[in-house]
Amino acid sequence: MELKQEPHNGSAPAGAAVPPLRRIVIEAETAPIHVGDRIIDQEAFPDPADGALIDQEAESAWVEQRMRTEALSIAYGGKVAVNEVSLEVNSGEVLALIGPSGCGKTTLLRSLNRLVELTPAARRTGRIMLDGESVDEFDVTHLRSRVGMLFQQPNPFPMSIFDNVAYGLRERGSKRPRKKELEPIVVDALERAGLWDEVSKNLNHPALALSGGQQQRLCIARSLAVSPEVLLLDEPCSALDPISTAIIEETIVGLRSEVAIVIVTHNLQQASRVADRVAFMYLGDMVECGAAGQVFGAPLAERTKEYIGGGFG
Amino acid sequence: MSTETAKPPLSAKKPPAKRRPAKVESSWSIMDRIGLGLAWAAGISLCVVAGLIVVYMAYKGIQYVSWDMITSAPEASLDQSATGGFLDPILGTLLLTTIGIVIAIPIGVAVAVWLTEYGRPSGLARAVESGVEIVAGTPSIVLAIFGLLIFQQTFMGLFSFTAEGGAVFGRSFIAAGAMMSIVALPMIIGSTREALMSIPRHVREASYALGKDKATTIRRVLLPSARSGIATGATLGMGRIAGDTAIVVILLGASMTISPEGSGPFGLLKGTGSTLTSYVYNNSPAGEGNAPEKAYAAAFVLLLIVIVLNALVGLIGRRNKPQWN
Repeated sequence: MELKQEPHNGSAPAGAAVPPLRRIVIEAETAPIHVGDRIIDQEAFPDPADGALIDQEAESAWVEQRMRTEALSIAYGGKVAVNEVSLEVNSGEVLALIGPSGCGKTTLLRSLNRLVELTPAARRTGRIMLDGESVDEFDVTHLRSRVGMLFQQPNPFPMSIFDNVAYGLRERGSKRPRKKELEPIVVDALERAGLWDEVSKNLNHPALALSGGQQQRLCIARSLAVSPEVLLLDEPCSALDPISTAIIEETIVGLRSEVAIVIVTHNLQQASRVADRVAFMYLGDMVECGAAGQVFGAPLAERTKEYIGGGFG
Repeated sequence: MSTETAKPPLSAKKPPAKRRPAKVESSWSIMDRIGLGLAWAAGISLCVVAGLIVVYMAYKGIQYVSWDMITSAPEASLDQSATGGFLDPILGTLLLTTIGIVIAIPIGVAVAVWLTEYGRPSGLARAVESGVEIVAGTPSIVLAIFGLLIFQQTFMGLFSFTAEGGAVFGRSFIAAGAMMSIVALPMIIGSTREALMSIPRHVREASYALGKDKATTIRRVLLPSARSGIATGATLGMGRIAGDTAIVVILLGASMTISPEGSGPFGLLKGTGSTLTSYVYNNSPAGEGNAPEKAYAAAFVLLLIVIVLNALVGLIGRRNKPQWN
């Protein structure tokens, strides 16, 4: 169910700005979350805080900081895309980056695994830390095996399903691991990505023959196989149908206990469904960052209020 | 009753399929309609020309070609009935095509990878690009003369027959194959580049995001993805090599049979020979053999080889090409 994004002109009646869906998600905290036609049982989450999804105080007890940006600015030529952003990425929770197109969400995301450096004109100032060390200290290939990424379009490599998942594990050193050694890791990754049941019998089939949603879950498995600490998702569902989207969201929510997740999304409903914390960006500035319930329910900044209102109303 | 039941299916079936385009065209100006007619005529006449070539060559070829001709070697004789067949030219075509393509594929793929994945400094990339264009536009007779100049140098003596006085002959399968690789090179570079450029940027980034460096990404993701493009270029290049005459006439020596220069495989490469193109040339009324029926038969075999290669291009292009959204 896609809600139309209406032009915000400030004249919408106050009551209409709060659709029923948001109430379910934010106010009825212990109720099951409806994701498409599936129901995600919150009790199933390994959440010590009595199944409360968006209880910051309880969560702070077990979330652990993985990455941190300090006054991070990124400019393409003379154009500033990200302006002095300080942000924390914690394991045990999903952080959603929201904001209008061109606000710098994706640039910020791509800077976390230094993929932004592939753009020759990009210049970065400020610091990005991973587990207390600056990301510049790492060998870039090592950094990227610890900070995985998923893209807008599903992009499996033109090889078998098995080889796709094993890709990140192979050719790390001079010795090429044997298939037998890799198999348990591949199976585990496919299970965690929720794809194992569908592909267990045809691991040797070409990955590009899978459906779009399966391909995207295969890409999740491919990232998980190298056991990253942080997983960056760049609008992972924008090319998928609602059912595949629901399955991916369920997978994301299921993974948050083992890996820190940052998701960029234009879909505010999606952000409210999967995120524990939400950061709102506007024209390169970090306007507001807080618990999902707070940002969607009682945004502090006027800009956030307008954007959320426009997106939901 | 009967008219009512007969009408609906008729009117429901035909108009959307046939009448609508006609209506659109009837509103066109006279110049547009003439233009459309010319476009149709051009397309059809090309088919007619291609069809005529194939049909004529098939007619002439099947008339003269025989199993004997394909399986017996050419003989030097003044009596036309005793000049044998063209087994050696067929083998020569296959050998020369193989040598040329084996040299051209690695170089062509390397150039294409460098151009698409590195291409820096951009001035050098532009120079390489125009270099490829110049090579593609150079007539093969020019390449042949240039090749002769190179392979007749004393230090190239290893690659062909050296006469007693020290003069290097400069003509051999290696010499001709090396120049043939230049004929095939632009095809391979072009279609490999196209294949590489059609791979979305996010596929490369997905590999980098898994902690792989550029070399691994090229070797394990990009080249396998471009496989069908490389194969297409190679097959097109093989067609060009099989069909080229000037380089064979100048650089492969004038022997009708394959004449190795020494023993072993390298002796074969150092030796001289002929191909179907030079055989056709030598036997046609334009050459000195004046045995048109043999020229037709050989030309038919050559045409078959080239048609098979072209069919392969279509087949390879359609299959195995990875498709991302």
